[in-house]
Amino acid sequence: MLAYILRRFFYALPILLGVNLITFALFFVVNTPDDMARMQLGVKRVTPEAIEKWKAERGYDQPLIWNAAAEGSAKATKTIFFSKSIRMFVGDFGRADDGRDIAREIAVRAGPSLAIALPTFVLGLFVAIVFAMLLVFFRATALDFGGVILCVALMSVSGLFYIIGGQWLVAKVWHWVPISGYAPGLTAVKFLLLPVVIGVISGIGASVRWYRTIFLEEITRDYVRTARAKGLSEAAVLFRHVLRNALIPILTGVVVVIPTLFLGSLLTESFFGIPGLGSYTIEAINAQDFAVVRAMVFIGSVLYIAGLLATDVSYTLADPRVRLQ
Amino acid sequence: MNLPVQVVVLWSDALLFALTAACASFAWWTRRQAVLRAAWVRVGKDPVAMAAATVLAVFVLVGALDSLHYRARLPAQPGQPVHYAVEVNSVLDALLAPLRLNTEKTYSAPLATRLFAMETLPGSNERAFPRLVYGGAHLDAALDGHDGDVVRRTLTGLGGGLLLWLPVFLWLRKKIGAGDTVKNKANNAIAATLLGIFLLTGVALSLGSGYHVLGTDKVGQDVLYLSLKSIRTGLLIGTLTTLVTLPIAIVLGLMAGYFGGWIDDVIQYLYTTLNSIPGVLLIAAAVLMMQVVIDTHPDWFATAAERADARLLALCLILGMTSWTGLARLLRGETLKLRELEFVQAAHAFGVGPLLILRRHILPNLMHIVLIALVMDFSGLVLAEAVLSYVGVGVDPTTISFGGMINAARMELAREPMVWWSLAAAFCFMFILVLAANLFADAVREAFDPRAS
Amino acid sequence: MSLLAVRDLVIEIPQGEVFRGVDAARPVDGISFDIAAGECFSLLGESGCGKSMTALGLLRLLPEAARVAGGEVLFEGRDLLRLTEGEMRSVRGGGIGMVFQEPATSLNPVLRIGRQIGEALALHEGLSGTAARARVVELLTQVGIPDPARRLDEFPFQMSGGMKQRVMIAMALAGRPRLLIADEPTTALDVTIQAQVLEVLDELRRRHGMALLLISHDLGVVAKMADRVGVMYAGQLVETAPRAEFFTAPAHPYSQRLFAALPDPTRRGGRLATIPGSVPAAHVRHVGCRFAERCDEVIPACRAQPPAWHEVAAGHAVRCILGQAVAVQKVGAGATATSEAASPDFQSRLTGASRLSVSSDTRPELKVGAGDTAVDVPAPVSFADLGFPLRRQVMAAAAAAPVLRVSDLRVHFPIRRGILQRTVGLVRAVDGVSLQLQPGRTLALVGESGCGKTTVGKAILQLIAPTAGHVELAGTELTTLSPAQLRPLRAKMQMVFQDPYASLNPRLTTGEIISEGIQALRPGEAGAARLGELLEQVGLRAEMAGRYPHEFSGGQRQRIAIARALAVQPELLVCDEPTSALDVSVQAQILNLLADLQRELGLAYLFITHNLGVVDYLAHEVAVMYLGRIVERGSTDEVLRAPRHPYTQALLAAVPTLDGRGKEIVRLPGDMPSPANPPTGCHFHPRCPLAEDACRVSYPSETKVSATHDVHCLKMAG
Repeated sequence: MLAYILRRFFYALPILLGVNLITFALFFVVNTPDDMARMQLGVKRVTPEAIEKWKAERGYDQPLIWNAAAEGSAKATKTIFFSKSIRMFVGDFGRADDGRDIAREIAVRAGPSLAIALPTFVLGLFVAIVFAMLLVFFRATALDFGGVILCVALMSVSGLFYIIGGQWLVAKVWHWVPISGYAPGLTAVKFLLLPVVIGVISGIGASVRWYRTIFLEEITRDYVRTARAKGLSEAAVLFRHVLRNALIPILTGVVVVIPTLFLGSLLTESFFGIPGLGSYTIEAINAQDFAVVRAMVFIGSVLYIAGLLATDVSYTLADPRVRLQ
Repeated sequence: MNLPVQVVVLWSDALLFALTAACASFAWWTRRQAVLRAAWVRVGKDPVAMAAATVLAVFVLVGALDSLHYRARLPAQPGQPVHYAVEVNSVLDALLAPLRLNTEKTYSAPLATRLFAMETLPGSNERAFPRLVYGGAHLDAALDGHDGDVVRRTLTGLGGGLLLWLPVFLWLRKKIGAGDTVKNKANNAIAATLLGIFLLTGVALSLGSGYHVLGTDKVGQDVLYLSLKSIRTGLLIGTLTTLVTLPIAIVLGLMAGYFGGWIDDVIQYLYTTLNSIPGVLLIAAAVLMMQVVIDTHPDWFATAAERADARLLALCLILGMTSWTGLARLLRGETLKLRELEFVQAAHAFGVGPLLILRRHILPNLMHIVLIALVMDFSGLVLAEAVLSYVGVGVDPTTISFGGMINAARMELAREPMVWWSLAAAFCFMFILVLAANLFADAVREAFDPRAS
Repeated sequence: MSLLAVRDLVIEIPQGEVFRGVDAARPVDGISFDIAAGECFSLLGESGCGKSMTALGLLRLLPEAARVAGGEVLFEGRDLLRLTEGEMRSVRGGGIGMVFQEPATSLNPVLRIGRQIGEALALHEGLSGTAARARVVELLTQVGIPDPARRLDEFPFQMSGGMKQRVMIAMALAGRPRLLIADEPTTALDVTIQAQVLEVLDELRRRHGMALLLISHDLGVVAKMADRVGVMYAGQLVETAPRAEFFTAPAHPYSQRLFAALPDPTRRGGRLATIPGSVPAAHVRHVGCRFAERCDEVIPACRAQPPAWHEVAAGHAVRCILGQAVAVQKVGAGATATSEAASPDFQSRLTGASRLSVSSDTRPELKVGAGDTAVDVPAPVSFADLGFPLRRQVMAAAAAAPVLRVSDLRVHFPIRRGILQRTVGLVRAVDGVSLQLQPGRTLALVGESGCGKTTVGKAILQLIAPTAGHVELAGTELTTLSPAQLRPLRAKMQMVFQDPYASLNPRLTTGEIISEGIQALRPGEAGAARLGELLEQVGLRAEMAGRYPHEFSGGQRQRIAIARALAVQPELLVCDEPTSALDVSVQAQILNLLADLQRELGLAYLFITHNLGVVDYLAHEVAVMYLGRIVERGSTDEVLRAPRHPYTQALLAAVPTLDGRGKEIVRLPGDMPSPANPPTGCHFHPRCPLAEDACRVSYPSETKVSATHDVHCLKMAG
């Protein structure tokens, strides 16, 4: 099994390299640094000097991939590709336009992001599975039918409206929690309550419906009939037999997102003023701070690949057929 | 030639109509396919699906009317060559001309007669809510008849809607006759949905001729007009994106599954890599770069409409490039299974070439998956547009869209009392569109998925 | 009082909203029967006649779409249909245990088997902890699982199919049921494993005095196990009889035709009786006899009203207007379409039919004691007894050049492991197979699942690239050809596949399916006339070309598949279990068709099968495969009448016979080993009753018994 995980790990490396190349192409080949400078400085009436200065400030004044003017190994290292793309592998993301070190900023902001994303994920998963089990238990009744319609309706509302509606009702009309803001430590709870609840509700429609489909498919299997023929109660059949097996397909979809929880949520964080990575990304997009966006793309991919690895590992834990073969 | 209008075909219009043609030919193909036809008949017998389809049809009609673009001829100057207006309008714009042109100064609530904000009236130092230029302009200064007028117009609208609906209803009745109760149920659902639509349209028309039914926005534009214009944007993003997605996903998915070996490795590597970049970030990065390209080449576009259109298409392209991976993986898996089936082996035994096997044996047996993916993706894409516009990487700011409406309204949330109407309008239109799409997609999936039955 | 009394049980599947207006389907339509304590009652019937629905209905385990619409199920005096769900749960597993058809899917894949059995123990015996564990070991021992203390911690995927079915039985026994329902318990298993499992069931029944409701489509299984038999047709019982009575004098025309449709050597070269048409769909409402449409003794009265039960003999009742008259009239009747069934020595033929393994010169322990049977056993058919045309053909063919010559064919699949996916081993699916086939002849390749027989077929057609060896088709070596060079030769060899549902593309019409080969290989011949000709050649009508596969029954689909292969005028047809997915009566139609086509067109068949009855009926020569190699080869008579390899002998002995009498069985312990890790020496030695040290050392070379008969066995048993 260790060999299996190691192998998956080695498979991940070329993927990371691919991501790196894609981001490099996107940020430096589609548009030259000159184009970006011109765009940021205002398209018209830009002096060449201003462009050079803009590039020098950000370290974009080197050749793209090959520095013929440099000596020895510097021919390869004194390039945009090396300094901006390859250096990301060692956690060097450079500086943002405001001069701050991106890596440090990310380390600081991961905490608040996780503080929202993790409870939302755990609670959401739990609530969705419980509701899906409930619908399956009462399958083919009015409750099930109504539940599915409700799920579809919940799915049909844009996430933006959940946030806006929640903020308006809970914070503005009822004054139960502050509208937005964040504080470190335990005081954070009052700021986190609403975004977590909204996060759970906005995701529940799709996940309940998905899990319900998985459970329903599982419940038609032969082994479920065997379990019933033993005289087991419906609850025992569902929880002891169906749930264990249904967890396997659920794991594929769920475990992969766990590492990416660090990235936080773009919408929630920016609406609630949480100083996490989501709002960092949105601010960078709005300010067209390419260095930050590039760093976030790379980190996102690393986390996703970590998620793929975690999925493989979780399979081996959940499914004896994988573990023992 | 002195045509009163110059027809303008934007790229998105052309693609939209091409897509419609493709759908029509696909429908013609499915008619020949007994299995698929049976599935469509199942969809046709599902009342919920048919009600949803009716709603979708109305949305598509609005979107199509909004996709017939033209430039009006300017009043002829003697001795001058004919000139056409710079502004590109659509048939929908022409139909909604009163709504489009009757702009107020700024915010006003639905059916209001006065502006939302106090202003210093000219000629005095008093601050008051000034009267609207168009909303309720037919009323007297004291606004005595406002409530009565609204009730009267509402009733007129309802009556008119009902009157127009009755012949349609009778026609539907006549067409199905008695007997087949199931078909009846589906048709009743269509009739009931149509009744709702006719009544709402009647009321909107009747009230709209004197008021801003859904209020006005910051620059005084009618919110109903904005909502109707947003429909085309939503539809385009929901459909054109799949136009990009489908060919890539089908070609790569089938190749990976059928040929295996290094082709499979390369394609799998490609989609795992693309998939590993978080979607929103990849889209954001690509859109930012596209923006740079468009901004640094202003000379590429003749009109603002063309530039906005190019940006919309580019967004669809980017969304398509980042969202083919899921479908490709699904098709690869199914192709792997189909490849081992005995009818494919039989074709091998005849020495049939791989391309012909893919075309005759594999692709037709995957069409239901493609169809399900297509309808399931649509609603997700409509919702994604709103989020992307909010993040700032959506459509061109001059393109009217739900995301833009929400984004603009959000700025005013803190205001007391709240400016709620454009948010509510965007919510209702989007919710109905997406709900209808989801319900229809559900019915399609249930009818076409062999496992479901 | 009987243990179980079923009275007028009706099961309905309402057709739902969308199909309102169509009658509800009634897969079970008023069936009544009794089972006494300790008795084995067998429900016999073809697929779709409602057997499994009946079983599930008794335990109220019907699929959600179906419901019991009426009747009574009295178990130990209580009507199960009136119990609450809670009371019913104590009956399930407690009073009545159940074993299902598919052991592979019927166990929970992620729970250890000890836990799965323990669940039933906790529920019905209140056992837990070490007491439960001890009882699980006891149960596993009872069903013959070796090393039970270790195996109870295993997961189902770690066990073979036969082992899984034993676990299923152990689980059903956990609650000490008075009645065990076994729904096709051995259908998914190989014949040697089937013999083991049936023996376990039989022994448990005797030891515990447990009643058994055995559901089966296999006359042989029923003959071995049942005390009484009930024949089901279209949702109803049409005949009930004690076993001996049933197998000597079946009274219902349907039962008689089932027997007549069984392939057996006495009819070699002749035709099998078939039942025209197929079982009516469950939503069809009947006025008269349900079998009337397919019965060729039908009289107008049959269609007027449902036939009443009629007592033919004590305990033998039949639901046929013709009643006893039929049975009497049948025996000694002349040359009607069903005359095969009615030949004067009907009874003796039946016993003969079952005796696939018997020959006066086989080893004594393999013999079905001729003295046991009440009737005379006909001498085994020998070559000289064959019908004239066939014999002439055989003689002529033997001299001709072989259409197919395979030598030392190997197909190995690599096993990759480790970080770098190095090849660490080989699955030797086919490991040195040589065979020859003359034009117009049939060679049966016989073996159990996993022995590599299908792989041989595909490798011959170059659908799988052989690892080594030679395949010569009409003198041309195929293995060295490029795909383009191979194409013209593909017209000479074609394949008919096992699953008639997976072998036709559902998106193409019958016409498109059949013309695929013509377009690819003989483009000049495409045309409606040729299409119609082909369809009629396989017994379909020309106008069916426009229809889609789903409009056809399984047997018709297999005809289409045969027409597709014939379209390119092949000389060699590889038939991969072409009838194993079909019911007996339909199988007979297909076998007749294949025999006719061979006569008319001089086709050579490589017939891949596990069904020895079919082999005996159809084949000229037989090759027996075990673990990727051919262990014995010879003419049909040589191999089936005088088998020399212990595996062949065991295989033949494991086939249940229609007389159901005890015969001495060569019990084959264990399962076939994995082809990834074959035993040293003779592959068969771990299961061989005769194995000795020499067998473990080297693979036995070929020993010639006669000019045509080779065996790979050191002991040369016999």
